[in-house]
Amino acid sequence: MKSLEELKAIREKMQGQVGVRSEDAAQTRVVVGMATCGIASGARPVLTKLSDLVQEKNMTDKIAVTQTGCIGLCQYEPIVEVMAPGKEKVTYIKMTPEKAEEVFNRHLQGGQVIGDYTISSVK
Amino acid sequence: MYRSHVLVCGGTGCKSSGSQEIIDKMQEEIKKNDLSKEVSVVQTGCHGLCSLGPIVVVYPEATFYSMVKPEDVEEIVKEHLLKGRIVTRLVYEESMTDDGSVRSLNDTAFYKKQRRVALRNCGVINPEVIDEYIGTGGYEALGKVLTEMKPEDVIQVLLDSGLRGRGGAGFPTGLKWKFAMANEADQKYVCCNADEGDPGAFMDRSVLEGDPHALLEAMAIAGYTIGASKGYVYVRAEYPIAVERLTIARRQAMEYGLLGDDIFGSGFNFDIEIKLGAGAFVCGEETALMTSVEGNRGEPRPRPPFPAVKGLFGKPTILNNVETYANIPQIIIKGAEWFSSMGTEKSKGTKVFALGGKINNTGLVEIPMGTTLREIIEEIGGGIPNGKKFKAAQTGGPSGGCIPAEHFDIPIDYDNLTAIGSMMGSGGMIVMDEDNCMVDIAKFFLDFTVDESCGKCTPCRIGTKRMYEILENITKGNATLEDLDKLEELCRYITENSLCGLGQSAPKPVLSTLNFFRDEYIAHVVDKKCPAGVCKDLLSYFIIPEKCKGCTLCAKVCPVGAIEGTVKNPHVIHQDKCIKCGACMEKCKFGAIIKK
Repeated sequence: MKSLEELKAIREKMQGQVGVRSEDAAQTRVVVGMATCGIASGARPVLTKLSDLVQEKNMTDKIAVTQTGCIGLCQYEPIVEVMAPGKEKVTYIKMTPEKAEEVFNRHLQGGQVIGDYTISSVK
Repeated sequence: MYRSHVLVCGGTGCKSSGSQEIIDKMQEEIKKNDLSKEVSVVQTGCHGLCSLGPIVVVYPEATFYSMVKPEDVEEIVKEHLLKGRIVTRLVYEESMTDDGSVRSLNDTAFYKKQRRVALRNCGVINPEVIDEYIGTGGYEALGKVLTEMKPEDVIQVLLDSGLRGRGGAGFPTGLKWKFAMANEADQKYVCCNADEGDPGAFMDRSVLEGDPHALLEAMAIAGYTIGASKGYVYVRAEYPIAVERLTIARRQAMEYGLLGDDIFGSGFNFDIEIKLGAGAFVCGEETALMTSVEGNRGEPRPRPPFPAVKGLFGKPTILNNVETYANIPQIIIKGAEWFSSMGTEKSKGTKVFALGGKINNTGLVEIPMGTTLREIIEEIGGGIPNGKKFKAAQTGGPSGGCIPAEHFDIPIDYDNLTAIGSMMGSGGMIVMDEDNCMVDIAKFFLDFTVDESCGKCTPCRIGTKRMYEILENITKGNATLEDLDKLEELCRYITENSLCGLGQSAPKPVLSTLNFFRDEYIAHVVDKKCPAGVCKDLLSYFIIPEKCKGCTLCAKVCPVGAIEGTVKNPHVIHQDKCIKCGACMEKCKFGAIIKK
């Protein structure tokens, strides 16, 4: 290794990945429903998409993407819940990887809840 | 990229309880369930809670599974990794709340008061992958030192931080480096003492196994600071996993050019050689260690000259222990002030202890200096098993002494421990309850010292043997009060006249127990009784006739046929035949057998 830049490049590549192994109450938790209903309606690609995005952008220290069992609203799966400390829980329904990316960009990065995708949009 | 990381502890404790099998099974199950691209299995260093191993931690949920068996793996994969349902029956009990949810590990009694500095990466990264170390900020301190700092700056940071040697005596690290830097020589050396020999101590092993790069990085920093291009790690061959991971780490660092020539283009060259020790306790003494590295029989030599003047191969040398080094990269990055904000006035930072003996949470803990013994034992250690009463804690191994119950609230730091006749030592802490005989404990440590004395100087070679004989007489009930005086005189003589630290500190376990538990010695000598009921020669087993139902069980288990009696009639133990093994007492269902 001849320069600090080389070291920095490796660090940046690894930071997001190693960061998954942190635990912090101040983290925003993004929870994907992964019960039979969720998996059957396509929750896994949604989960991996969100997880990859958070790691790529080195945001693992702020956001933890985890899974949970059946939330009880099987007809709306895949469901993604966003729980930021001190804020009300936001529940997104009928997610796809594309919609999940949008949630990541606009909500998790931009702080803007996408009303059209949330459960409260159901009339 | 992986959405989930399964960390399986690969420290010696968990390895010996079968964690390798769990890793293999985990990988197999993950493959079977088509999760190979989503879940990564990582072998890490020690998590600390060795009594609950093998340990598996699943992130990002930070679910802490304890005592995992290979047959549990399928359930963890199918339920947790596939469906997101935590397998609560395997979760570490302490991390479960009353309502059935899982609380943060940092809120459990074992981890709450801990502050992980030297152990920060242990149980977090894969020690065999250099990229993971770099991912947590590794080698940045070396980069900073080589590109921005002068050797004097490094020493100033260390002096300001207040870091003292973690190997035992507590000499200020910055001062040690300063002396070595000041001495001009064509070649200097950086040494690491990884010859951890105290019975029950495994702090250094855990750092080597869990975070070997931290040591290599710190040694390179030391090399730059004192002007050395060569380092030696002296590690005992009885630590095979540590040796293997250290070897892998060194090779990876060489490949990346983080060791070797012209590191970070600074013109600084540094190489590290790993030397295996054959396991002689005396080789943990600095001059004996260096003699052994040189290829000679491990024997100490007089000081001065100190190693900073004339050390390895007669050149200026610094020698620090593993834990000391493990603190240094973070002090460089986070600053002296951060480090000195932890601890007490004269003992800064944290200290790792290996908790053992009569304690619920056997394992490795890292606490800020100044934490009280009560906090360590009652809170972090989870108290003493079976509701027994705390009697004393032994620190510093064969070179240390006891902390009795009357000092339960003493803040643990170098000076407080020295003041009460013990020492910090490398950090072994053996907890003893009312069932431990203090004379027997002193005898145990003396037995160890007699074995490990190198034999070079007379006070240690012969003196410790004589001490051991007196202690043996005491435990057999053959000693007189004069022997106690003789014992104390010997202690003084050996302390003052031995060549090295081994002999000088060998009487400490005796002096310390004599000081705090003199009444137990007197009971052995005058009353010919062992109050704790440990010393066999002073005990007899009896059957209380009123309680004995005549079930004959005791007569059946007695290996020497010393128990006589007929069915449904009280039995009798023949004292002339009894070998005091205690088998009968263990088996009696009616509590009819007592020892006194």
